[in-house]
Amino acid sequence: METPAILVEDVGMMFRLSNEKVDNLKEYMIRILKRKMQFTEFWALRDVSFTVEKGERLGVLGFNGAGKSTLLKVIAGVMRPTVGRVEIQGVIAPLLELGAGFDMNYSGRENIFLYGATMGYSRKYIQERYDEILEFSELKDFVDQQVKNYSSGMRARLGFSIATAVDPEVLIVDEVLSVGDAKFRQKSEKKIQSMFDRGVTVLFVSHNTAQVRTLCNKAILLDKGRMIAQGGAEEVCAIYDAMTKK
Amino acid sequence: MFFRELYAYRYLMREIVVKNIKIQYRNSVLGMFWTFLQPLLTTLVLVSLFSTLFGNATASMINYPIYVLTGRLLYEFYSQSTKRAMRSITGSASVLKKVKVPKYIYPLANIVSNFITFLISLLVLVGFIVFFLFVGDKPPVINWHILLMPVPLLILFLLCTGVGLILSTLSVFFKDVEYLYDVFCLLLFYGTPIFYAPSKLGDSKIRQMALQANPLYSIVEMFRDCVLRGRLLNPNHLLYALGFSLLMLLIGGLVFWRKQEKFILYI
Repeated sequence: METPAILVEDVGMMFRLSNEKVDNLKEYMIRILKRKMQFTEFWALRDVSFTVEKGERLGVLGFNGAGKSTLLKVIAGVMRPTVGRVEIQGVIAPLLELGAGFDMNYSGRENIFLYGATMGYSRKYIQERYDEILEFSELKDFVDQQVKNYSSGMRARLGFSIATAVDPEVLIVDEVLSVGDAKFRQKSEKKIQSMFDRGVTVLFVSHNTAQVRTLCNKAILLDKGRMIAQGGAEEVCAIYDAMTKK
Repeated sequence: MFFRELYAYRYLMREIVVKNIKIQYRNSVLGMFWTFLQPLLTTLVLVSLFSTLFGNATASMINYPIYVLTGRLLYEFYSQSTKRAMRSITGSASVLKKVKVPKYIYPLANIVSNFITFLISLLVLVGFIVFFLFVGDKPPVINWHILLMPVPLLILFLLCTGVGLILSTLSVFFKDVEYLYDVFCLLLFYGTPIFYAPSKLGDSKIRQMALQANPLYSIVEMFRDCVLRGRLLNPNHLLYALGFSLLMLLIGGLVFWRKQEKFILYI
């Protein structure tokens, strides 16, 4: 059997929430002297296990606070799980909150290379895709402007264009299909569809079961940090819809 | 392991270093000239104030302007680079929350970019040396010892990296570290013989001990040995500064490495 593209095994993520926020030295010293540092343990994820084979498209469903974002961060490697393990085969492109890696004082052109480097790509590699990125983002006339003068839609377009130009093996999509105006949205949906056709593995997070049904073939449902359902996209969406109506 | 990762992310390292240097001068009319102008002007201020005010430019002291400039250049690099490194993790929060990157790249890149502008600013020192070789009655002693100049500079680089790693970790958890460190840097500026001779500190035991414990003092003195006094590095200064810097690097690396997984919960 081929190794799965994403392997998540017994993953749990525990946060220690301090009852009062201590973020300065003075408070901290006082607390230590009084021996009064109280924490509440909070498991944002608990015993989550699943695998995603290469080319599969997994929808992640759940209400707010169910642990979806935490799960994505754990898979993207930004957070290390408290228990369990996560294994990824290949390059991950996180499409979460696009444009997070931009420097506002930098021009669009310079940000393309900075963003690419943040994802671990060389200048040469990005240079080869530079025209494609510019073409797709439709920002040719603004490329030498500082990004702080961009509208949020323009930033998102640029971020989307870079993140999808680099041929990732695993794509994490966090409701970014609603980037930009209607025209760009259509274009980006088409782009994502073409990546699907090339066999990219996808993790798609959404509240919109209609989107999950069309884009994904499998789905999991999270509730309060636990995985309460997994299976075909259709049946998991049905469970989620039933929960929403309650 | 560490070096392989650093090699894999060399593009990011380079991009951030270039970005820092570019952004620093982007919106100023004089651009890169500030690298020269700033040390030049502040040295002029210090020299004109203190050579007469407290009688520092006494017979016992060799070329006073170069003495001040060397101290100021090194202090400025130390304080700027460590302050930038301190803010680098909290300042890159939006990236670190989304993308998996080795976090130490950020403090390290800030030290490196500051080091590069610092090296460029050394041209002012070259100008001073050349000028005073021909003008004035106290020329600097320039001989082969100037070739040892990279030694104190590399030690300073190690020191800044270690301190920068410690500060960047601390500032993630405690917001007031930044203010405390500003005060500390002010104390360091006046506590290090930058515009006065070490002898001015008097015989007070405490002051002498503080002076001897100050690694920046050792580094500045070594640097002056190379470019001003033209003599061999003081071995005591060399051993102390190198040992202290390596210790800071060790502590910084350990603290950073042990705490980095927790950064994301606080930034």
